[in-house]
Amino acid sequence: MKDIRKIHTPLADEICRELSAGDAVTLSGTILTGRDVAHRRLFDAGTRGEALPVDLRGMVMFYAAPTPARPGRIIGSIGPTTSMRMDRYTPKLIELGLKGMIGKGRRSFEVRESIKEHNAVYFGAIGGVAALMSRRVRSAEVVAFPELGPEAMMRLEVVDFPLVVINDSKGGDLYEDAVSRRGDARRPSENTPIEML
Amino acid sequence: MAGLREISCRVVSKTVRDLFIEVNYRLGDDVLDALQHAVDTEDSELGRYALERIIENAEIAGRESLPLCQDTGLAVVFVEVGQDVHVVDGDLYEAIQEGVREAYSHGFLRKSVCDPLSRENTSDNTPAVIHADIVKGNKIRIVAMPKGGGSENMSSSVVLLPSDGIEGIKQHVVDMVAKAGPNPCPPVIVGVGIGGSLEMSALLSKKALLRPVGEPNKGDDRLSTMESEILKEVNSLGTGPQGYGGRTTALAVHIEMMPCHIASLPVSVNIQCHVARHGETII
Ligand code: SF4
Repeated sequence: MKDIRKIHTPLADEICRELSAGDAVTLSGTILTGRDVAHRRLFDAGTRGEALPVDLRGMVMFYAAPTPARPGRIIGSIGPTTSMRMDRYTPKLIELGLKGMIGKGRRSFEVRESIKEHNAVYFGAIGGVAALMSRRVRSAEVVAFPELGPEAMMRLEVVDFPLVVINDSKGGDLYEDAVSRRGDARRPSENTPIEML
Repeated sequence: MAGLREISCRVVSKTVRDLFIEVNYRLGDDVLDALQHAVDTEDSELGRYALERIIENAEIAGRESLPLCQDTGLAVVFVEVGQDVHVVDGDLYEAIQEGVREAYSHGFLRKSVCDPLSRENTSDNTPAVIHADIVKGNKIRIVAMPKGGGSENMSSSVVLLPSDGIEGIKQHVVDMVAKAGPNPCPPVIVGVGIGGSLEMSALLSKKALLRPVGEPNKGDDRLSTMESEILKEVNSLGTGPQGYGGRTTALAVHIEMMPCHIASLPVSVNIQCHVARHGETII
């Protein structure tokens, strides 16, 4: 890759405005991890107007639950889980200040709209390169919901996390671009239920 | 004729344990070769970038004994027991479960198994899914296959109409890969099971994934032809590595088939991500 832009957290508004779907970036700084249950709890607290256990403003959330760390290691292997499971909670978290999400797979219409409205960004991490990503984590600490085990929320210090912008604040969508460029492939038939996804 | 042979459950447990640890840390040479070939033929820059990171990851994981992926899978075990084997020192199924338990705790693998309704984690990655066959001879063959959730979620079993035929099957498989899009971490390997009963087609689709990547079906020319035709089609969908765009949506399509009822055409599609982990030992 020729141009890989280096970016840092907290994500500044102008960076979010500049990033476009298809940009390869490396991200350094502090990020949070959280999956389904952590999201539901943040969502519930946010909806009730209660204080959150973490400050989401300018923050980037990585949808991930690592393997257990060997003794002496900072963290085990870590990589993205499928983002759509977080979709129903994400607009609320963006409203509460979340600026970036790291995961894999498509987002719902509501999430994409919320990204546009609040000048946020959705990054794809490469699924299945969790050993590589583990080596780019410099510290890891549980910050909320320790009882969730590997799904507890952690604060990570990361260096040069390799990411690609999937959904940008201008409505760009790399996944859409990829399939709209395809050539003479047959179109999916009408009769496979989309709910299967 | 081979004589009766005793095999201890302790040996079975240790074999299962070693296999699951090994395959979670080390990617097979067949997968690596297929990925390297994909780097050479992929014309999307982002696609190549993703493929290169995947190869780099395999080097790091192998060198540092780290799991290739954080999803170290549901443990699927295929066991073929020779009919002249006498299993001693315990219960064969329990011995396999014990091996899985040990692998996931001693190998620092993630425990990813839960109660389907309460979603409570079973804490030791058991129960493993065990498929047992009785075969000739006095050996036990054990195949370990940790299966990730992301790609399994994009899999399905359906029963098509017999009149849908080869074209209908091809359309269905291409549909499944298209609709899975970026979710199963492409490039993927597409396992297809045709025929049998509903559950047998699913089993065939999973067994198809155990073949070395890209090795065509040897028994039936119609199937090897379908494999290469479907591969060509899915690789023109545009999805590409990780859905970033490109021609490498799948590394291979593997089809297995058996006869079915005159009224049915069961077809299962089992999607496997590029972290295609499996290994076997014969005791
Ligand atoms: S689909 Fe495969 S590569 Fe992707 S997260 Fe799951 S196990 Fe890992």
